[in-house]
Amino acid sequence: MLPGIGQFLLVLSLLLAAALTVLPMLGYARNSQTLMQTARPLAHVLFITVMASFVVLVVLFVQQDFSVLYVAENSSLELPLRYRITAAWGAHEGSILMWVTVQALWISAVAKFSQSLSLSQISRVLSVLGLIALGFVAFVLFASNPFETIFPVPADGRDLNPLLQDFGMIMHPPLLYFGYVGLSVAFALSVAALIGGEINEQWIRWSRRWTNIAWAFLTMGIILGSWWAYYELGWGGWWFWDPVENASFLPWLAGTALIHVQAVSERKNAFRGWTVLLAIIAFSLCILGTFLVRSGSITSVHSFAADPFRGIFILVLLAIYSGGALTLYAFRANQLRSRDTINLNSRETLLLANSLIFITATFTVLLGTLFPMIFEAVGKKISVGAPYFGLMFFVLMIPMAVILPLGSQLRWHRDDMLAAVKQLLPYFIASTLLTVVVWLIFKPLNIRAIAGIYGGFWVLTATLGQWFKRPGRATAGFIGMSVAHVGVAVFLIAMSMTEHKDIEQDILMSPGITKQVGGYDFTFTGVDRVKQENYQAQQGHVEVRRDGRLITTLNPQKRFYPKQQMPMTEAAIYVGWSKDIYVSLGEAVNQEGAWAVRIYIKPMIRWMWFGGILMLTGAIIGLFSARIKRQEDKQRDHVMAQQLKLS
Amino acid sequence: MTPTRKRRLILISLVIFGVAVATAIFLTAFKDNMMFFKSPTEVSAQDYPQNRSFRLGGMVKEGSLKRIENSLKVQFDVTDYGADVAVEYEGILPDLFREGQGVVAIGYMASDQLFVAEEVLAKHDENYMPPEVADVLQTQEQP
Repeated sequence: MLPGIGQFLLVLSLLLAAALTVLPMLGYARNSQTLMQTARPLAHVLFITVMASFVVLVVLFVQQDFSVLYVAENSSLELPLRYRITAAWGAHEGSILMWVTVQALWISAVAKFSQSLSLSQISRVLSVLGLIALGFVAFVLFASNPFETIFPVPADGRDLNPLLQDFGMIMHPPLLYFGYVGLSVAFALSVAALIGGEINEQWIRWSRRWTNIAWAFLTMGIILGSWWAYYELGWGGWWFWDPVENASFLPWLAGTALIHVQAVSERKNAFRGWTVLLAIIAFSLCILGTFLVRSGSITSVHSFAADPFRGIFILVLLAIYSGGALTLYAFRANQLRSRDTINLNSRETLLLANSLIFITATFTVLLGTLFPMIFEAVGKKISVGAPYFGLMFFVLMIPMAVILPLGSQLRWHRDDMLAAVKQLLPYFIASTLLTVVVWLIFKPLNIRAIAGIYGGFWVLTATLGQWFKRPGRATAGFIGMSVAHVGVAVFLIAMSMTEHKDIEQDILMSPGITKQVGGYDFTFTGVDRVKQENYQAQQGHVEVRRDGRLITTLNPQKRFYPKQQMPMTEAAIYVGWSKDIYVSLGEAVNQEGAWAVRIYIKPMIRWMWFGGILMLTGAIIGLFSARIKRQEDKQRDHVMAQQLKLS
Repeated sequence: MTPTRKRRLILISLVIFGVAVATAIFLTAFKDNMMFFKSPTEVSAQDYPQNRSFRLGGMVKEGSLKRIENSLKVQFDVTDYGADVAVEYEGILPDLFREGQGVVAIGYMASDQLFVAEEVLAKHDENYMPPEVADVLQTQEQP
């Protein structure tokens, strides 16, 4: 009964999405007010039906309805309630349904918060968003239906993958989807603008907010993913340059470029074509990311069932959306030509340079990720190692850090480059001194670590200096920018320390033995057994001392989930201000209770994530810009007045 | 030359210079970090890159796993049922490392006979197998 309702709701959503795609666009083509006015209500109804089908899936999990294949494969009688709810998006089918749900929510929000757009604009934007929803609802229905039933009904399910029974996992996918899908708004705006052959400042200003919100979600999703991999996978790393990680990072890089270019194009008639193109690229990378994750066509540590049909389906969607948008761009971009000239000595130039650096970074990551696939096509099997990405990234982030303070120092429109450089001189000296001090304390440091720390201090001192020397009151835009840039600095410094001053050791430890690692004494006192709701574990005890004083006792676990016959390593982490102490269990080595123990010391790793949080906070603060609000209000009144005149 | 043209020329040369430098770095980084994947059959036919790392994939041979007493050193054979390669590794093996299961080892040939692994990856969960290993097994199963 219930699965049937879920199925029915999905079919209904498909029809609604089709209507949302066709009717408003038809209205635009025929200049029919009535047809265009269907856009907003359709968007809201679409959200209700999609959301309802998602709720049905959650209810199926809560009720343990094993007649549904997806529930039987990802839940079990012993699974605690909180994980039964999150299991709804734990595997492929449910997670794609969640993607569609989040997208429908976003479409509905766009329909609601678009008072400053004229009817002809919003109907085109919603129509494009409807087309995207149509493709993904079809994907759910025809290639990954979570409501498929099985007969005979199994007595018990196969349980959720233990790695996914975790808080990080609960939050990570929805946040990423909010980011992915959020970028579809900027995409839809670009396509709508290309269809109409016109774009103006006010329209870009409107889409800028959506981009900022999407980018903030994406950042949070990536941070959570990194944090989850760090403590849950038991390897102690925070980033592996794995194809699936790159899939989330690619749209982030393109989105960062987009945010910076939008800052120019919403102020003046410049970089119009580039803004539109970047928005298309950013969302295309979101779909490509979904393809990489879901098709299983690339070797990845992430486990996702490989299904060629699904891969092809998403590729077709990618071809339609990106191919269509790019074709449209090729024919129409010249109509969006920018009229204002850009002075070389201005903030605009530096923002353009920023976007070029970020888009270059995007393509180097993309090449490294896709190259194995290209090679595979000619029969050779290769993979691209993490050092490639690390090196490329390092090389590209140097110019980024070097020009960042110059960009925020220079004024809009026209400035004196030489004077700006002179003003930056004190920060240059301060950052040099700070770097030398850090080097004296922590030496030896390799060249990459020094460059990273130097870059971090350079951005930090300059951003703080500009903050205190600014004339007048700080606007939300300025505060947001400064906070985000301090985040960049914190990230650079912390990342350099984590990457280059960490200690990783695998050691053999017998009970009672003490080993010294990085100035700490680790005493292993043995392993005992514990039993939890749906797993058993062997729990080790490691006492950590510094100069004889007990700091903490860490209890890492080796868990065993009987349902899935799956072992799992649960690391124990001591979180300190300046460093994490990370201990995980390998395996029992002999009969006398000796274990292989992994000990990591990770300096400043928390600060790295904190830097990311500052960046997204900056993006959110920027939303409260009084200047943008004033202009939006003016525009809304203007649109209202127009409508009154028409009726 | 007009000032506008001159400025454009400078801008374009800068962009070309930047692209050239980026490409050069890219190619070097890429060449050094590209890693080939080899099956035991290929390795025993001496078909592997000399003096650099590559990925070796196959199944852990049943009954081949040995631990060197009182150390974290282990030895095991990787097989594709056509040929075996002896692998040595020091460190903690992944949770899902088992005899008779798929594995990918990253390392180099220390001699004609011995592969020294720096990293060992096992399949991530019960349903998953590295695609390369699945391919290797498929070619071997079809005689």
